[in-house]
Amino acid sequence: MTTTNRKIEFNIVASVYHIEITPSDVGTHDRVIIQSLLKEIGQTQQVDITAKQKFKVVVINEADHLTRDAQAALRRTMEKYSPNLRLILIANSTANIIAPIKSRTLLVRVAAPTIDEMVGVLKYVAELERFEFSNKLARRVAEESGRNLRRALLMFEALYAQNEVVKDNTPIPPPDYETLIGQIADELLADHSPARILLVRAKFYDLLTHCIPATTILKLLTFRLVAKIDDVLKADVIKWAAFYEHRIHLGSKVIFHLEAFVAKFLRILESYLMGMEF
Amino acid sequence: MASFFDVAGRRAAAAAAQSSATPSTKAKDPNRPVPWVEKYRPKSLSEVSAQDHTISVLKRTLQSSNLPHMLFYGPPGTGKTSTVLALAKELYGPELMKSRVLELNASDERGISIVREKVKNFARITVSNASATQSSSYPCPPYKIIILDEADSMTQDAQSALRRTMETYSKITRFCLICNYVTRIIDPLASRCSKFRFKPLDEENSRLRLEEIARTENVEYEDGVIDALIKVSEGDLRKAITYLQSAARLHNPIIQPKPGKVDNEGDEEMEDEEDDGDEDDPKLVLDSKKITVRSIQEIAGVIPDQTIDDLLAACEPKKGKSAYSDISMLVRNIVADGWSAGQVVLQLYNKLVFNDIITAEQKNDIVLIFSEVDKRLVDGSDEHLQILDLALRISEVLAKG
Repeated sequence: MTTTNRKIEFNIVASVYHIEITPSDVGTHDRVIIQSLLKEIGQTQQVDITAKQKFKVVVINEADHLTRDAQAALRRTMEKYSPNLRLILIANSTANIIAPIKSRTLLVRVAAPTIDEMVGVLKYVAELERFEFSNKLARRVAEESGRNLRRALLMFEALYAQNEVVKDNTPIPPPDYETLIGQIADELLADHSPARILLVRAKFYDLLTHCIPATTILKLLTFRLVAKIDDVLKADVIKWAAFYEHRIHLGSKVIFHLEAFVAKFLRILESYLMGMEF
Repeated sequence: MASFFDVAGRRAAAAAAQSSATPSTKAKDPNRPVPWVEKYRPKSLSEVSAQDHTISVLKRTLQSSNLPHMLFYGPPGTGKTSTVLALAKELYGPELMKSRVLELNASDERGISIVREKVKNFARITVSNASATQSSSYPCPPYKIIILDEADSMTQDAQSALRRTMETYSKITRFCLICNYVTRIIDPLASRCSKFRFKPLDEENSRLRLEEIARTENVEYEDGVIDALIKVSEGDLRKAITYLQSAARLHNPIIQPKPGKVDNEGDEEMEDEEDDGDEDDPKLVLDSKKITVRSIQEIAGVIPDQTIDDLLAACEPKKGKSAYSDISMLVRNIVADGWSAGQVVLQLYNKLVFNDIITAEQKNDIVLIFSEVDKRLVDGSDEHLQILDLALRISEVLAKG
C-alpha cells in the first residue's frame, strides 16, 4: 500500500467470515489503511453467493488507539458502504473515540467477569483438566487476578504446574515482573536515601528492557507502596502517581518520570516521618 | 461453507443456492433496513428543525437564485449536511444534482494535490444546460456547488490552495464549507464566505422530531424515554435518533417480512450481543416491548446514578477514618465494569456542580481538579489512576471546608 510515495507493510488476519485489522500497528499512518483498505473492501460485494449475509465483516482492533484523522475518515465510510460492510470496533475504553463515531455505532459494554463467574469458569477448566478443585482456592485466584479472566486462567495453570499437591493456602505465584516490582517497593520503604534510587534504577531498566509498559510499572508500584504506608499519605501519593503517569505519555524517555516519581515518593514519606510540612 | 479452492464443491453450492431461488444480488431491496438517520433526513429546507434564522436567509437567496459562498459551522448532529443537501435538491432537483454538485468529505483524500486537481477541474467545467422539464420545476441557477464536508480536518495547505480557486471560478461555482470548529478554517477562507451558525437543537424541536419518528416506526416507549434521549444526546439529533433505533431493535423482536431474509439476521445477532454484555444488569431482561429509560442510558453508556452516588458518598469526609479504602474499592469496580473514564468525569461533574451543600470556594477548587484530569485523560493517561486521583482530591477538598 502506498501513501504519497511510501510503502507500508501491514498485517491482516482473515477468515472466510471476517477480516481483522489492527490499524494502530502502523502508528500515524493508520488513516491510509482506513481510507484505502476499507474503501476497497466496501466497494466490492461479497463474492461467495452462497453466503448467508450480503455484507462483509471487518473487525478493527484497538480502535481507541486510532488517530483523530483515521477516525474522521471512518465517519463517512461507515455510512456510505453499510450495504457491503459492517464494522466491529474493539476498544478498551470509549474515551478516545470521537463523538461522531460513537453516535454511529451501537455501544456494547463488556464488563469484566464477576468473581463468582470466574470461579465457575475455573471449575469448568479444572473438571476438563482433571484437577482437584477447591472453591476457596479458585476464589483466591479470582480475587488476585483483579477480575481479569485471562490472567486468572494463567495463574491457575501455573499453580498446578508448579506444585505437586495444591492446597487451599498454596501461595499463588505472581508473574515475574510483579515480584520484581514488589521488591522495588520493599526496598524503597526500607531505606529512604538517594543511594536507594540509584539501586532501584537498575531494576527499572531491567523491567523496561523486558518490554513491561511504563504505565504498568508505575501503577503496580503505586498500589504496592500505597498498601504499606500511612493513610494520611495515600491521597498524596496517588496524586503524584497520576501526575507522573501523565508525564510518561507526554515525555520521550520514561525512565525520567519513573525515577522522578520514586524521588517524590521518598521525599513525601521522609518529610512526613520527620514531621515536616511537605 | 464450501472451501474456496474446492471448485466442484463451490459450483454445487452455487447451483443449490440458485435452485432455491434466492437471488442474493438484487440491486435494491425496498425493505432493506436503512439507518433512521438517513431515512428521516430532511428532504426540503422547510423540514429542517430549529435553525429558523439560517433557513429563512437561505430561502430568500433561493428566490433570488444568487448564492454566496457559504460556511456552515456548529456542533455535530445539528443539520449542517442535511441543510446543504436539501438546498441542493431544491435548487436542482434529483436528476441535475448529480452533475452539478460535488461532495467531498474526510474519508476522501483531500490533500493539496486533490484540491489542485479534482476540485479545480470540477470548478472549471462550464455549467451544463438544464433541460426544459428540469428548469420548469426547479430554479436551476447557472452555477455548480462544491460541498466540502468536515472541512476542519483539511490541512492548512489544502485550505490555502482553495483561496484563489474560490475567487477565479466564482461565476460558475459556489463553495459550501461545513465544519464543527470555525476556528480551524483559515481566516482568508472564512472571510470569503458568509457564515451560518447552527445552534444545538432545543428540547422542544428534538422532542417533536423524535416523537414523530417513534410514531411512524411504531415504537412503544415508557414515559420519560424521550426526555432521557434528549438529555443524553445534548442537542445532537443524530445521536438521539441512532440511540432510539438501537433501543427499538433491542426491545422489539424483528418481524421478519419473509423467512430467510438476510439482513435481519445480522441485526438479531447484534441484539444477542447486547444481551450478553448486560448480564449483570437484571433490569434489562427483554420481557417488555416498551423501551425503558434504563436501556436508553445503557446504550448511551451512561453510568447508573447509584454508582456515581456511591462514589460521591465515599468521597464525603468521615470522622477518624481515611476515605482511601472505600474510594479505591469503588474505583476498581467502576474500571472493571468497563465504564468510560470520560463519562465518570462528566457525570461526577454534573452532580457536584449542582450540589448546593458544597460552598462556592470548594467548587472552585473542584473544578480546577476536573480540568486537569480531563486534560490528562485526553492525553491518554491511565484511566484507573486518574479516576482514583480525581476522587481522592475531591474528598480532600470536601474535608477541608
